[in-house]
Amino acid sequence: MADFRVEPLAEDALLLRFGDGIDVATNARVHEAASALRDAGLPGITDVAPAYATLLLRFDPSKWDKGALLETVAKTLDPGLRRDDEPKNAVALPETARVVEIPVCYGGDCGPDIDAVAEHAGLSRDEVITRHAAAEYTVAMLGFAPGFPYLLGLDASLHVPRRANPRTRVAAGSVAIGGAQTGIYPRELPGGWHLIGRTPRVLFDPAREPPCLLAPGDRVRFRAIAADKFAQLAERDA
Amino acid sequence: MTIELVKPGLLTMLQDAGRAGFAHLGIGRSGAFDGPALRIANALCGNPRDTCALEITLLGPTLRFHGDAWMAITGAPIPLRIDGADHPMWAPVFVAAGATVELGTMRSGCRTCLAVRGGFDVTPVLGSRSTDVNAQLGPLGGRPLRAGDVLQMRPVAKAAAKPGNWRLDPRPWFPEESPATLRLLPGSHFDKLKETSRKLLFSEAFMVQADSNRVGLRLSGPPLEFRAPVEMVSEGCVPGILQLPPSGQPIAFGPECPVSGGYPRIGQVAAVDIPRLAQRRPGDALRFTPCTFDDALRALRERERALARLETGIAARLTA
Repeated sequence: MADFRVEPLAEDALLLRFGDGIDVATNARVHEAASALRDAGLPGITDVAPAYATLLLRFDPSKWDKGALLETVAKTLDPGLRRDDEPKNAVALPETARVVEIPVCYGGDCGPDIDAVAEHAGLSRDEVITRHAAAEYTVAMLGFAPGFPYLLGLDASLHVPRRANPRTRVAAGSVAIGGAQTGIYPRELPGGWHLIGRTPRVLFDPAREPPCLLAPGDRVRFRAIAADKFAQLAERDA
Repeated sequence: MTIELVKPGLLTMLQDAGRAGFAHLGIGRSGAFDGPALRIANALCGNPRDTCALEITLLGPTLRFHGDAWMAITGAPIPLRIDGADHPMWAPVFVAAGATVELGTMRSGCRTCLAVRGGFDVTPVLGSRSTDVNAQLGPLGGRPLRAGDVLQMRPVAKAAAKPGNWRLDPRPWFPEESPATLRLLPGSHFDKLKETSRKLLFSEAFMVQADSNRVGLRLSGPPLEFRAPVEMVSEGCVPGILQLPPSGQPIAFGPECPVSGGYPRIGQVAAVDIPRLAQRRPGDALRFTPCTFDDALRALRERERALARLETGIAARLTA
């Protein structure tokens, strides 16, 4: 029995649905399925794009009819081929999952909303930084803008509803909290999340290979850096 | 051999068939909104079908050609004047070095494609020369063209052909219709609409709003409602999706749509009808008619065959 449902989106696109909400186990299964499909190297599959609970497949409709595609996908993702001793809700991360460390200058001009987050959480500013930098996050998906990572794993005490008034300009590299998620703005964009810091790392550069610093399924750790270190690293990347 | 933008027109961009394969990085495809118009314009110039061309919106640009060239325009009807003399669309047209090419205002429709023989020599970004204005991605940093831009053309072997005195029949590729009726596949959340809303979606006309663009056409019509609020998390999106935000007014996604979104999907414009979606301008009315996936796919394959036949026919004429 497949552990996903299929929703046709368009003549050349379908969604594989592994769940409906935002949870780590479902998202891990999405990434596992994405790797399996990518590794299978099926010709005529143009996009394999994970979201929280679904996987988008785009294909060339001149090469696949839906029936043949679904059969191939089902075979590739057959959970019967997975080990039985794997606990159902274990975080089945591929062993190849990378851990990417992101240096962040928290607070000050880099993170103008850190006090608002601290106040909402009933924590000191330092405790917000400690908790944000202590967790290991998973890149659940990229979206909103090229290279924007939606990160799962935010400490529950740091969940803060989005700002009532979104900003029209958020600086590139801003590290932010929106609800139960944290993310990083790859370039200057409008945004409604709370800005708690900024990284000098460049998240998206179309001239680079790969263009994005982070890929779906990657693990992320934040490391606090001082403002002068931020300036120094930012110069290096510029 | 270069082309200089004397006036950019309202919104003129470099577009090819788009960049596939980057959805997992949050990067959409972009590309020409009216795909067949791009292919036919390229065929008329003897180019490979996906060669980069200009997508022009509502008000055309004025271009100065620094070198002999051969061009073709397809898509929405627009007056074409070369050094003041009228020339036809849907035909190969010779342009002499130094000539000024003026495109006027579209009589109907929204997007015209202008291809030149050889294509524009701009550096591809992530494998494509298409512009994604919303994501600021593509040649020229993803921006539309502006006055003073100089575009290099790719050198090609001296054209054997003499643009003749023939032109294509535009009707199969640009049907004059008002309102247009677009085939709509059922979306994942169609069944969650109130019954009255499900009927209204197919019985009423929807008006294209002024704030529509290549991200999406914002439509106004009778407010559509779900039986109960639809809670969902962000999921993959593709062009053609008819999304229903809480306003009750649907948005039909275009080529610069986000690769993921959190609003329910009540329908999907059939791929074969996306070029007709591309040609709806603000103020135009459109209607939806229900369609099955099988019928949509059949229609798409039929159109692909017709396009391939047309391309072959054009190639034969150009070398005759």
